[in-house]
Order: sequence, then C-alpha cells, then structure tokens
Amino acid sequence: MVVAEHDRGTLAPATLEAMTAARSVAAAIGVEVHALTIGADGDDLAADLGAHGATVVHQAHHDVLSDYGPEAWGDVVAQAVRTIEPVMIVATGTDRGNEIVANAAARLDLPFAANCVELEVDGDRLGLTRLRWGGSLLERAAMGGGVHLVTVAHHHFDVAPASVPQEPVVTDLDVSIAPALARSVVVDRIEREAGATLATSPVVVGGGRGVGSAEAFAPLEELAVALGGVVGCSRAVTNNGWRNHADQVGQTGTRIAPEVYFACGISGAIQHWVGAMASKQIIAINTDREANMVTKANYAVIGDLHEVVPAITAEIERRRA
Amino acid sequence: MRILVCVKRVPAPGARINITDDGQNVDTTHLAFTTSPHEECAVEAAAQLVEEHGGEAIVLTLGPAEAEEQLRYAVSVGAQRGVLVLQDDESDPQRTSRALTTAIGELEADGPFDLVLFGNESADSGGFQVGIRVAHALGRPVVNGAKALAIDDGSVNLERETEAGRERYVLPLPAVVGVKEGINLPRYPTMRGRLASKKADIASEAAAIDVIDGALTMELLERPPETESSTIFLGEGPDAAAAVVDVLGELGVLS
Ligand SMILES: Cc1cc2nc3c(=O)[nH]c(=O)nc-3n(C[C@H](O)[C@H](O)[C@H](O)COP(=O)(O)OP(=O)(O)OC[C@H]3O[C@@H](n4cnc5c(N)ncnc54)[C@H](O)[C@@H]3O)c2cc1C
Ligand SMILES: Nc1ncnc2c1ncn2[C@@H]1O[C@H](COP(=O)(O)O)[C@@H](O)[C@H]1O
Repeated sequence: MVVAEHDRGTLAPATLEAMTAARSVAAAIGVEVHALTIGADGDDLAADLGAHGATVVHQAHHDVLSDYGPEAWGDVVAQAVRTIEPVMIVATGTDRGNEIVANAAARLDLPFAANCVELEVDGDRLGLTRLRWGGSLLERAAMGGGVHLVTVAHHHFDVAPASVPQEPVVTDLDVSIAPALARSVVVDRIEREAGATLATSPVVVGGGRGVGSAEAFAPLEELAVALGGVVGCSRAVTNNGWRNHADQVGQTGTRIAPEVYFACGISGAIQHWVGAMASKQIIAINTDREANMVTKANYAVIGDLHEVVPAITAEIERRRA
Repeated sequence: MRILVCVKRVPAPGARINITDDGQNVDTTHLAFTTSPHEECAVEAAAQLVEEHGGEAIVLTLGPAEAEEQLRYAVSVGAQRGVLVLQDDESDPQRTSRALTTAIGELEADGPFDLVLFGNESADSGGFQVGIRVAHALGRPVVNGAKALAIDDGSVNLERETEAGRERYVLPLPAVVGVKEGINLPRYPTMRGRLASKKADIASEAAAIDVIDGALTMELLERPPETESSTIFLGEGPDAAAAVVDVLGELGVLS
C-alpha cells in the first residue's frame, strides 16, 4: 500500500516514484497495489493513483485531517496497517514521508527502513538496500516483523504510468483519531517569493571556503545572474556565517540537479558531493589540481577563483554585446 | 527551562568513505569523530534557550565509551552536563529508541524536560525515526525538521521549510522536536567553555535493552558505483574564461 503524499490536494511527485517501487514489488510477489489518501483534500487524487497502478484507493476522512499533521497522518497509516494488513507500506523518502512512516512505526512498534532503493520480499523477511550518509554509502539490510514499513529514496525510481492503468475502487477507511493529535497540525504557512530555487535552478554557482568572505561572493552572484542561475555554497561558508544555510548544497543542505554546477573554491568533501552529484555537468574552479572536486568534475580551471569568475562573466557579456 | 538534547557519535569522513574489508563498518582508522550538523544545531538551540530562560541543558548519547568526547564538546558549546549510555555493538533504531526512552525516564524523576531535542536524522544511518519513536513512547507531541524554534507561554512555535515556503506548528510543552541545520549558527568553543567541559559531570551507565527480533539489521555496507569521469582541463587562471564560455555555449545555458 502506497501512502500518497500531498499538500492540501496537490500530489507530491515523489508519490509516483513510490507507486513505481510498489508496482515492481507487487508484481514480483503477485499482489495488487493499493493507495491511501489522507484528508478530504486527497479525494481527487484517486484517478491519478489509478493511472499509476492502484486497484483500490482507501480514503481517510476526519476533522483533524484538514491539513498536514505528522502525528495524525502517522496514526492513520498505523490504523490502515491494522485493518487492511498490507504486505508493505511504501511511502515517499521526503521530510513528510519519512516522518509519517516513523510515526506509524512507533505506534505499531514495527521496524521502519527509510530511503530504500531496492526491495525484495522473501516470505516474512524483507531484503532491502537503503541510503546511508545521505547517499554516500549503501546499506544492505533485512527486517522481519509482518507488515514492512519503508520509504523509497527520492529520485531513485522513475515516474511512469502503469502498463495496465486502473480505474480504482474507492473506499472509505474507517479511522478514529484522538482530538489531541490536532496539536501537531500545520497552523499556517508563509509562501516563498516566486523564482528559481537552489533545488530547481538550471545553473548553480557554488562557492566554498576558497571564496574567503561574504563580500567576495559578489562576483559569483554576478555570474549566476548572467546565466539565470542562483548561488550555492558549502558548509564551510555557512559555518563562517558568510551565507544563509538555505544556500548550502550537500547531505545536510539541499540536493541540486542543475544543467551546470560551478564549484568555486570547494574541495569536494563527500558530504558536499552527495548534494552536487546529480548535476549534469560540473565545472570546478580551484587552485588545487588534486582537489576531489577537480578530479570528479567534468571540466576544471586551475586558478584563483577571484580572477577566474569575473573573467568568465566579462567574457559572457563581451560575446552578448 | 530543562532541555535534553540527544546526539550520536559518528566518524567525520573527508573526500570518500572507506569501508572495512568485511563490509561491516566504516573504516575509521584515520578519521576524527563528530555529531551530525543537525545535532550541533540542536545543542546550540538548547544553549540559547537556557541563556534566555534559565535552567539546564543536558546532552544524552547511546554509544561507546569514546562518545564521552561528543558530550564534552557539547558542554564546551553551552550544555551543562552529559549522560552516556554505554553500548558497544551496532544498535537498530527501535533498540536505540528504547534505550534513550529508559534513560530519559531516569532523568525525569523530578518531572519532564520542557523540550527534548533530536537531530532531523543521524549523519551515518539516517533512519529518520529515533526522535519520533521516543516522543511516542513518552506520549509527547513531535515535529521533525524544525528550522526555527521559539518558546512562547507553555508552547513551542516551530517553522519548517517546504518547497512552497515555510509552514508553522505550535506544540504544547512538554514536546519533542527534530532540528535541522540552519536553525542557528552553532558557536565555537570558547576558552571558558573548554575549561567547563573538562570539569563537567558526565554520568555513564550500561544500556540494558536486548536485541529486538526482526529489527532492521544491517548486513553489508557498499559504496555506490562511482561515475567514471576524466576531467577536461580548460586552462589556468583568467585566460581560461574563453574556453569556459565555449563550453557553456555547447551545453546550451548561454541563451
Ligand atoms: C555529517 C556531516 C554533514 C555535512 N554536510 C555538509 C553539507 O551538507 N554540505 C557541505 O558543503 N559540507 C558538509 N559537511 C562538511 C564537509 O565535510 C566539508 O567540511 C565542507 O564541505 C568543506 O567545505 P569547502 O570545500 O568549502 O572547504 P575546504 O574543504 O576548506 O576547501 C576549500 C577549497 O578551496 C580551494 N581554494 C582556496 N582558495 C582558493 C582560491 N582563491 N581560488 C580557488 N580555489 C581556492 C582549496 O584548494 C580547497 O579545495 C558535512 C560534514 C559532516 C560531518
Ligand atoms: N545512539 C544515539 N544516541 C543518542 N541520540 C541518538 C542516537 N541515534 C540517534 N539519535 C538521535 O536521533 C536522531 C535521529 O536519528 P535517526 O533515527 O538514526 O535518523 C539523531 O539526530 C539523534 O538526535
């Protein structure tokens, strides 16, 4: 059973990755894929979930489910496990997905494996591969326990409609939720200004300790503007207070996937690399030819970024003039 | 205000993570140890709250005797004391949660902590669950991923980032919160902090939770396949700019 992650009715794309993962497990052991939507806002998702292979969509309705709340949503998943007894719960390996399943696992006192990339049911045992160190390492593991609770790592399964689309049977899941769980429901939101974000920008100009100060990021900003991109940075930069953590790329920052990533004065520590490795092309600018970022990049310029970066911007402007 | 922060000792690898020959561990021969940046921020948040409201911040860890180093570091950056629950073998998330819940119960003989803070996820195993399991066992509200936190009249106001912006939560105290890096800028140890950490009280006791049947059990660590890349050198210094812009043109990002 797939837990559909949505925000007030807007489906999180990662849900369809979870559908792909669930379809392949279900096909291997000969069972159907069901989906679970939580809250009345999720009612409209049934057709989309059917197109991605759900034969049954269970809908949970309750006053407390009028907006996202980790405890209430986790409680619904726990109740679904008890009443429907699926072979497996598959959810999104996102902030919300991991949090929902952890809340369900706590209530059921069952094991939970987050961010899986391979799943193989073998009787009561689940063999799996999951991400460690934010994806720098893989862990092969197993768990028992009856109903298997997992999330699948984001961006590891393709989104694809089912080869046999379904018109799902829609049923109401009977849930009872303690009113107290309203305590952890979202109370309000602050919308971000429109514009490219680090996670979605086609060009990211990243700066590391080699940049040297907050002010010295100005030329990186200019290059980013010239290319319609945004500035990113390493943890050395945020730790020094040069830039906000919202700009940090890496294991404890943002995963980026731009067409081009400029890595300027960044050594390429593994925790930075896991956040940058999905970039299509990496251009490293570094004084050190041996730096990990240089050896892993597609292209490199050896030199002082304070000279190289402005020269690139000037050259772009010269050709455009 | 009484605050507890749970931290986990992990190795601090550099350019790559090496695995021992038997595939059971990260090869830590040449590595220093640390905690997750999320947990460093949780310690900083606790230190700031105690500075503002008075009270005490305690750090708790389950791990080997050497984890005393991480507890003393936390004291050097603002916690008052540490508690070490000793367990040498690799734990699973359920077992860790039970051991921490038991230790918290003992520390709460005089009443509950106002806040129990966790990292959003541990740096090494990244299970995304220990804080939530502990919160459930304690019967307290929990939200993970907090990037802003303020105490306000018996409740804690939290914000977390989403793709669309930020969302806000208000939890009644006592509560459990998972903290994300970026919530604050952790301080570096001062001379005074270092001295305090040397003298700090670090209590230790043995964990007494048995291995749980059917728990998530690690079998083998592997490095993901590395993409082969041979770097094309575009030149040295500012003279390379023309070659860089040629490449940008080829990649279609110049438009
Ligand atoms: C659990 C954990 C999680 C972490 N998460 C993250 C994360 O999310 N993101 C992250 O970035 N880090 C993270 N780190 C930290 C990481 O290990 C590194 O410490 C950090 O990435 C180093 O940043 P840096 O490359 O800017 O600095 P350094 O490693 O100091 O590298 C600076 C580089 O700049 C070059 N340089 C210096 N001067 C110049 C110049 N004038 N011109 C050109 N090049 C120059 C140097 O040759 C060097 O290669 C994490 C660490 C841990 C333990
Ligand atoms: N062995 C441990 N000792 C103390 N706290 C821990 C331990 N393992 C995990 N935690 C805490 O639980 C959080 C989540 O861990 P995890 O569920 O492994 O991602 C971590 O950021 C820590 O705050």
